Formats: sequence, C-alpha cells, structure tokens
Amino acid sequence: MELDKKLIGHEFKPFTATVEAGKIKLFCKAIGEEAPIYADEEAAKAAGYRGITAPLTFLRALQADDPNKGGLLRLLNVDIGLILHGEQHFEYYAPVVVGDVVTCQEKVVDIYDKKGGALWFVVQEMEMKDQTGKLLAKGRGVTVVRNPDAAKK
Amino acid sequence: MATATAPKIADVKVGDELKPLVLPPISRHQLALYCGGSGDHNPIHVDIDFAKKFGFKDVFAHGMLSMAFLGRLVTSWVPQKQVRALGTRFTSITWVGDVITVSGKVTGKREKDGETLVDLEVKCTNQNGQDTLQGTATVALN
Repeated sequence: MELDKKLIGHEFKPFTATVEAGKIKLFCKAIGEEAPIYADEEAAKAAGYRGITAPLTFLRALQADDPNKGGLLRLLNVDIGLILHGEQHFEYYAPVVVGDVVTCQEKVVDIYDKKGGALWFVVQEMEMKDQTGKLLAKGRGVTVVRNPDAAKK
Repeated sequence: MATATAPKIADVKVGDELKPLVLPPISRHQLALYCGGSGDHNPIHVDIDFAKKFGFKDVFAHGMLSMAFLGRLVTSWVPQKQVRALGTRFTSITWVGDVITVSGKVTGKREKDGETLVDLEVKCTNQNGQDTLQGTATVALN
C-alpha cells in the first residue's frame, strides 16, 4: 500500500451543519460532562454565552455531519479498520452554540510515511465559520494509516 | 458540576498544577455512547469481531473521547469562552477497563493580540503510568 502524495492540496466540498441541543446532550453523556452551559440555555446565557454551548471537542462531531462523510478514506482508498487518530489540534475564535449553522471546509495539507512505509500520515486542516461568515475555529488533524502489506514483507 | 470561575492571571504561575480528573474505568457502554454521540461510527471502537479482524485484541477507545477529557479538565479550570486552543498527540491506545487520569500544569505566560495567555501541558495517563494523550492548551486570563 502506498498513498498518493498528489492528493496533497485536495479540498473537500464544504458542508454546513446545524448545532443541535440533542446531539450535545448525548455527546456530554458520553464524555461525562455535566456543566450546565452544555445543557441549559438560561445557565449558558447567565454565564455569558449566546446559548447552549458545544463542548470544545464537539467540533469533531460536527465534522461527522458531513453528508460525504468518509470522503478521506474513499479518496485514499483505505479501509476504516486501518486508521488511527494521530493528532488533533483546535484553535478557538468564538464559542459554537445551539442554532449556529456552521460551514466546514477541510483539505489535505500533507501526506508522508514513516518506518519504510509501514505507517502513513495524512494531515488535514479545517475551518469552521458561522452563518455570518465569522471564523469560529480552525482544526488540524493527523490520520495514521497502518499499511496492511508491511507485516508481510 | 459548577461552571468554572476563571483564576486571576496574577495568581497563576508556571508550574501550577490543575486539580486532576480521575475517570471511571472505560466501559464498552461508554464507547457505544461516544460512537453515537460523536458521529464517529468506526466499528473498531464497538465491534470486537471487527477489531480482531484488523489485528487488535479488543475494541479500544476513540482518541477523541480522551481528548474530550482534556477539554473537561481545561474547562473545569477556566470558562470555555476563555479557551483559545487545545491540541494533542494520541500516544498510546486506551483499552476497555483502563482508568484514565487527566492532569495539567502551567508551562508559560505570554501576551498576544492584547490578551494575556497561559499555556498548559495537559495529558491523559493510564493506570500503569503510561501517557495515552500528550497535549497542550492555551487559555486567556485577566
């Protein structure tokens, strides 16, 4: 297996996702988050937020709302069982709250291998903007692909 | 859990440690909830047959579940609106049954764009003392 470095620079089709209270509720249950700004609109407003707030890493869950979800794996022609998450970084410019209609744009910025091609690394960057075009967050993620051929050599 | 009240910048110094968060053991139920809650439906985290097919002894936690714990630690210290950055490397796999401790300490203070920023080292460590996530966070304080 070898990944195609010509895919560096590939931009995915932007998509929009609406931030929903129910999704934040389930996300918070899963991560054990109980602070009221993530569940109660009045509490969130009293704390200075525009509404029920999305936890810091909920942004990745918003990315999963992409109608073309799995696009990276299809682009790379890689099975989902071979990938691991290597790194994730977010920069925050404004809190994301329930009702926001977020536009997300992702692109591939680097592809490289280590250990003689046993592991491949795909670096993606993303930007999230709200319905007014205001920048909410930037993200940078590294996906690790385990080369299924490496063990056979 | 109450929403954090921000510490004052004058009271924060390099080397200060955040109150660690010790989590309940990672359960299959939690991974199922996170699968649904995060929209990351990769079966490797919830379907043991699938995990074994790809060479793993069992299912394992989503890296982003542990990163959410880093987020919880930071927002237990300062309100979320003061968080400017959170990032991590996923340095080893978190298995079902692992007991994760989330810890953080102040590594620097600096000025940027008219704000006073505090840099933190944050990490998740398992019951064997092995780091599973090694990350950083940046918060703005007054």
